[in-house]
Amino acid sequence: MSMKATIRQVDSVMVVDVSGRITLGEGCTQLRELIRDQLAKGNKRVLINLGDVTYIDSSGIGELVSAYTAVSNQGGQLKLLNLTKKVHDLLQITKLYTVFDIHDDEAKGISSFDKP
Amino acid sequence: MTSEPSVVEVTLESDLKNVEVAEEIVRRVAARAGFGEKTQHQIEMAVHESMINAIWHGNKNDASKSVWLRFEISKDRLEIRIRDQGNGFNIDEVPDPRSSENLLKVSGRGIFLIRTFMDEFHVEHLAGSGTEVTLIKRIDPAHQPKQGGTDREHEGHNSTS
Repeated sequence: MSMKATIRQVDSVMVVDVSGRITLGEGCTQLRELIRDQLAKGNKRVLINLGDVTYIDSSGIGELVSAYTAVSNQGGQLKLLNLTKKVHDLLQITKLYTVFDIHDDEAKGISSFDKP
Repeated sequence: MTSEPSVVEVTLESDLKNVEVAEEIVRRVAARAGFGEKTQHQIEMAVHESMINAIWHGNKNDASKSVWLRFEISKDRLEIRIRDQGNGFNIDEVPDPRSSENLLKVSGRGIFLIRTFMDEFHVEHLAGSGTEVTLIKRIDPAHQPKQGGTDREHEGHNSTS
């Protein structure tokens, strides 16, 4: 199953619902372009919902880091929502759990962003 | 139960689409070896990362090249060997992705994950013929593998595109 991503706006936050596989190739490229497009539109508050991600590899983790850095460098915030157990474990193993602001409640995640 | 090892060998075209083929095979092999679901997933991830290394870094995504895999279930271990036709890498030069200077780097976590998920990881440079990595996961004696005996399967995959 390849990756699918849909975007919806909640208040001033762009919520990206991701499903499927974030792996080297199509999945990573799609996520990179999506974040780049949002930044180009001036949307600097991004909440990535990983609840339906079935598989993420080292390249997918790298793409999340890349997205985090890109948004942060433009003065924005990128946060993660609804980690599956597998993604949670991977972020802990790689020590990235402390880098990302991670939420399991969308409303609380949305309200945690700095107000525009 | 026989003590004869169970072996699966497969040669895949060097195409990223075949990463999922390798995952499918290792899922079956790891289940047959008697590993639990979490360990099965870890072994699958280790093979996934090894396949990416072989196809992307080793064979430079050249579809005319191939990747050879061998899975062997024995009494106390699952041994996986993956061979590409590339120039290899020096495992001693692979940095720790968890160190503060590497934490926000985009790449460099694949080998670390393989080492984390497997009990042993070895890299061997084959003179003039590529690089072979060996991944070993020990089998807990309390969970003996469901071995099929002396069968030896050979699967040949050509183009999957």
